[in-house]
Amino acid sequence: MKLPSLRDVATEARLLLIGIPVFLWTMIPIYHMFLFAISPKEDAFSGKLWPDHPTLHNFEIVFKQQHYFLRDFYVQFWNSLVIAAAVGVLTLFIATAAAFSISRLKVPGGRLVMNLALFTYFIPAAFLAVPMYRTMGNYGLLNNHWALILAMVTIASPYAIWVLKQASDKLPVELDEAAVMDGATTLQIFRLVYLPLMMPSLVAIGTYAVLLAWNEYLYAFLLLSNDREITLPVALGNFLAADDSPWELLMTTGFIYALPPAAVYYAFRRYMVGGLTAGAVKS
Amino acid sequence: MAITLSGDQSIPAPPLSSRLTTTQVWGIALLTPYLLVFLAFVVYPVCYGLWLARAPSNYVALYNDPIFARAAVNTLIFLVIGINIKMVIALFLSGFFAQQRTWIKWLSVIFILPWAVPSIPTILSVRFMLNPEWGMINHYIFAFTGDDGPNWLNDPTVALTMAIGVHIWKSLPFWTMILITGRLAIAQDLFEAAEVDGANWWQKFRFITWPSMQTLYITCTLLSMIWTLGDFNSVYLLTGGGPADLTHVLSTLGIRYLRLDQLSLAMAAIVCAMPFVLPLIYFMMKRLSR
Repeated sequence: MKLPSLRDVATEARLLLIGIPVFLWTMIPIYHMFLFAISPKEDAFSGKLWPDHPTLHNFEIVFKQQHYFLRDFYVQFWNSLVIAAAVGVLTLFIATAAAFSISRLKVPGGRLVMNLALFTYFIPAAFLAVPMYRTMGNYGLLNNHWALILAMVTIASPYAIWVLKQASDKLPVELDEAAVMDGATTLQIFRLVYLPLMMPSLVAIGTYAVLLAWNEYLYAFLLLSNDREITLPVALGNFLAADDSPWELLMTTGFIYALPPAAVYYAFRRYMVGGLTAGAVKS
Repeated sequence: MAITLSGDQSIPAPPLSSRLTTTQVWGIALLTPYLLVFLAFVVYPVCYGLWLARAPSNYVALYNDPIFARAAVNTLIFLVIGINIKMVIALFLSGFFAQQRTWIKWLSVIFILPWAVPSIPTILSVRFMLNPEWGMINHYIFAFTGDDGPNWLNDPTVALTMAIGVHIWKSLPFWTMILITGRLAIAQDLFEAAEVDGANWWQKFRFITWPSMQTLYITCTLLSMIWTLGDFNSVYLLTGGGPADLTHVLSTLGIRYLRLDQLSLAMAAIVCAMPFVLPLIYFMMKRLSR
């Protein structure tokens, strides 16, 4: 066995000197949330790093909706789920159609539309929220799930179109030409050639849109207000309305709310890293 | 009937169907869904908002509102100081994570968590940690020093710093990840050659890493600045703009006006930011649309 040289040890020590603070920095807020979720109320407020009596009682309260703030937990969870799924499906449909049209069919004016979409992508979301709120009011959609779905589709599509266009530009033109030779119609090319080849990017974009909608707070709390229409993040924000908020329940609900996106993210990480980061910034 | 080819361009246009090929019809049809969304939820709101903000009296009112001036300064601090600190750390950490070690690989999986989880519960978690009476941080300050810790979120400077910290916590993983891809694209033999020539780490960074990454780094910084303008959560969920509306940034201020039913003021505040935002957007579009 070869003993590590002094230089190797020094390098490793220096790396650890960076690694440990990075680990703590990343984990402390998340651990703190988890700690609250498994602590009875007295322990949560005592500042202990591990509760004397760890318990799942908070989860029980949430799942049985046994608190005033949690009385619509399942409805709100369902709302979040339905809205995220709808945004995912609609964004995929709109963006794939647009990217196919711009990149493969070379529709006249396609470049202009791409630039308009890109411009939208760069408008800060919180700025667009102000006129969007009034617009949804004008359309009579306030307090309707469609308001949030359409707003999120508007925000998700530009990036989706851009990434999908980049990806489809890379597919060889010969594929389309060969298919046309064989007498394929445009729709057949789209369905049988284009969609299968684009699968990895489609998975990445679908995931992106779903997570964006699930995580959205600002638009959700502007556009929805009725207790049975709001999504989970808005419900979490409403906890703060009271002075004696049950923080251990807030953190428990937040923990439950944070699990699905984290799971989805890690499940699709391979696609996300390849499909999104490469597209996010072109060097 | 004889067709006269005169120069007066009075030739009747052929019917639409024969001018467009089937492909083009399909192209337009497939582009229509997005165009509808764009018209209904981008063009109309933006035009409507600008129309609401047209009266000069709005800008006078903004000018006289001390909260607006404060928010503008806060936004500037957030962008210029916050983002640059974040990007320098990201650049540094991208070098760390590019090291080939198993434990670093695992750490990078954990490191991405703040980006992967929604911001509401984690920001609220930080908010409670900073609670002066019950929070973890002051509990330990008291345990170790016997003194009461500061009332973190009650001091505008500290509160804004904490909001910037939360923003960095949340988005650092994303930018680090992007910079790692940039770093891994650099040809390794450059470093090997430098090693042979006896270059130290600073020289390697100065003459190999930085030249190959500076375009990416600057693009990322500008992009992050544009996006951070729209970062509503970090400030709103941590400080709510308080104490005394001193920690607002433009995005939370816009929503504050909106909630006070002063939509035209909200739009005017956004219009005031445009001279700074539009050049950034223009620059980014130039970079990305080619």
